[in-house]
Amino acid sequence: MRRRSTWISAAAAAAFALVGCVTINIYFPAAAAERAADRIIDEVWQLKPDAEKPRTEKPAAKQ
Amino acid sequence: MLHLTWLRVAVFTILLGATALAAAQANLEINTPAVAAIQKSMQDRHAQLLPLYSSGAVGLTRDGGVALRDANAVPLAQRAQVNALIAAESQDRAALYREIARANARPEWESDIRATFAQRWIDKAQPGWYYQNAGGAWVRK
Repeated sequence: MRRRSTWISAAAAAAFALVGCVTINIYFPAAAAERAADRIIDEVWQLKPDAEKPRTEKPAAKQ
Repeated sequence: MLHLTWLRVAVFTILLGATALAAAQANLEINTPAVAAIQKSMQDRHAQLLPLYSSGAVGLTRDGGVALRDANAVPLAQRAQVNALIAAESQDRAALYREIARANARPEWESDIRATFAQRWIDKAQPGWYYQNAGGAWVRK
């Protein structure tokens, strides 16, 4: 009896692990994609000048 | 005793699954030479596209690209140049979406990445710029 329940536990753990792997493969990480898009768009459109100054501006302040 | 062992195994498996899931959700890989090159190319082109967005000559499409919206807003002499700009930008954007999908070893994500970008380009567009709504009609932001 004890042996049987052990096998059931093992099967449940394996099934859970398998479902976890499938989940990772199927779902598109929408939030992560949005963050990635924002980073690239901010760079391309230069929306956050503090992050990286455009080369064309601010010729002053050089010593 | 045996049950306790299996309980540990189960807990460990659950934790492992949760960790893997968190890692997968954490970030999308965009720091690759290919992505950086495309980004640089688009950044350099933006100075030329900016006045075209502002005048409404060029708009943001619903599929994450750019398109000529109003040819009359462009002087005849400059139309060929504007068309070339649009073609180059569209090509870069398509390559960007493809490369991000590839960098994450998920080529099948390309269309989802494209859709995400399409929405974010529009969200971040300046007031006065034109974009395509879900039905494909041009809307002034």
